[in-house]
Amino acid sequence: MARRRLKLIFGPDMVKEPVIYQLGKQFELVTNIRRADVSKDQGWVLLEVIGEPDELDRGVEYLESRGVKVEPAEGDLVG
Amino acid sequence: MAKLLGLRCRECGAEYELQATHVCEMCFGPLDVVYDQAALKKKVSRQRIEQGPASMWRYRDLLPVEDDVPVVTLGEGFTPLVKADRLGSELGLRNLYLKNDSMNPTNSFKDRVVSVAISWARAHGFETIACASTGNLANAVAAYSARAGLECFVFIPVDLEPQKVVSISVFDPNVVAVRGNYDEVNRLCSQLLESTPWAFCNINIRPFYAEGSKTLTFETIEQLGWKLPDEIIIPIASGCQFVRHRQAIRELIDYGLVRDDRVPALTGAQALGCAPVYNAFKSDTPERVLPVKPNTIARSIAIGNPSDGIYVNRIALETGGVVEAVTEDEIVAAMRLLARTEGIFTETAGGVTIGVLAKLARAGRWKGDEVVVAYVTGHGLKTADVLASVDGHARRVEIEPTLKSFREQVNI
Ligand SMILES: Cc1ncc(COP(=O)(O)O)c(C=O)c1O
Ligand SMILES: [Zn+2]
Repeated sequence: MARRRLKLIFGPDMVKEPVIYQLGKQFELVTNIRRADVSKDQGWVLLEVIGEPDELDRGVEYLESRGVKVEPAEGDLVG
Repeated sequence: MAKLLGLRCRECGAEYELQATHVCEMCFGPLDVVYDQAALKKKVSRQRIEQGPASMWRYRDLLPVEDDVPVVTLGEGFTPLVKADRLGSELGLRNLYLKNDSMNPTNSFKDRVVSVAISWARAHGFETIACASTGNLANAVAAYSARAGLECFVFIPVDLEPQKVVSISVFDPNVVAVRGNYDEVNRLCSQLLESTPWAFCNINIRPFYAEGSKTLTFETIEQLGWKLPDEIIIPIASGCQFVRHRQAIRELIDYGLVRDDRVPALTGAQALGCAPVYNAFKSDTPERVLPVKPNTIARSIAIGNPSDGIYVNRIALETGGVVEAVTEDEIVAAMRLLARTEGIFTETAGGVTIGVLAKLARAGRWKGDEVVVAYVTGHGLKTADVLASVDGHARRVEIEPTLKSFREQVNI
């Protein structure tokens, strides 16, 4: 099992879609929302996702295919 | 008595023991080091600092390394603060100062953070140091790992500038060139952490690493005669150092090292080709920093999804600073302006800082007597290629080795 901390970023068309529910339903993944800031037309959710590494990759692919931007929860740390 | 009490979440305040971790388990917020402030208040003084070494380690009491830990040092910090009268007169500033951090051992301010990070990591039993990098960090990590005799892995994007690759490789680290952009390098390293017992300078040991940035501001204020300036211009990539400079000023005031408590305006500088923090600052929602795809010659600060972006905007607003951005042409023009007026050759990130300084000055931000400081964070030889391509030799002539030829060609 692996654990990823993700930041999901939603645009105007996506805010109302239940993608996090689908993520837990369609994949062998456990999701856990830690923080969120969602308004009418955009927003982000900090999400913990637990599962096998391959399944995690498939879950992220699914989110991206639905038009959600997926980033590491802590942003980019490169320097 | 231990001066370090633990780690604390910047968002929810949850507290953790000192360890190699950077994210709050509860809310995924960033973690900061907590010091025993009461004990430090009794200990820290100007005199004690002034008696310390001529390096950033004169501020050791305010860094997250216990007193009995041997530090990994190449003499970083205590770089020159120069009064820039010629640049100042072009910009209408009578009290302009430049903190020339390109004078560090590997020629960028990253030596400060890496010296702290590797000192902490070695003392806590880590045998391998790693980092994800846009160049400067990898340079510092490779050098300081060599100095410490530790194993080193640096992860860089495959298309990093050749001169940077040379100055990293000479220290003989394991260089992992990733076929992807910076975001992807960052993501890979975050995932690697799940299974490797390494100290990633800017990831799991980031709370300790970040603290090293404070010394840039400590020194600047000491070099100004323990006086706070009116404004400081700081380049922004992840925003990590910007946040620490605010903290440094708080500490200088709290520990009585400066007499007045008028917090300087902290102003951020970005390249328009990668300006997620600036974009948010200009919008109605400065706390909503949306990621961008970087496209700029200022590659050392090209971070599209900056971890500390919202904190930068919060601090800029709180202190009366702004976040401004400049074009690619303005970056190069500023590199030339700085070199021509002050004899300082900075890399593109410094061009961004000086470009923003010039832009704000020309737009009338200052009356002229304010004390303004700009942080020049990296050396020009790191990005020399950007100058080669643009009319680099406007005043060059080629002549025969004769006086006649000289007189014909050169007007004196
Ligand atoms: C030369 C230079 N200046 C400034 C920065 C910005 O640092 P930060 O990520 O702390 O905002 C970097 C980061 O890589 C850098 O290399
Ligand atoms: Zn928290």
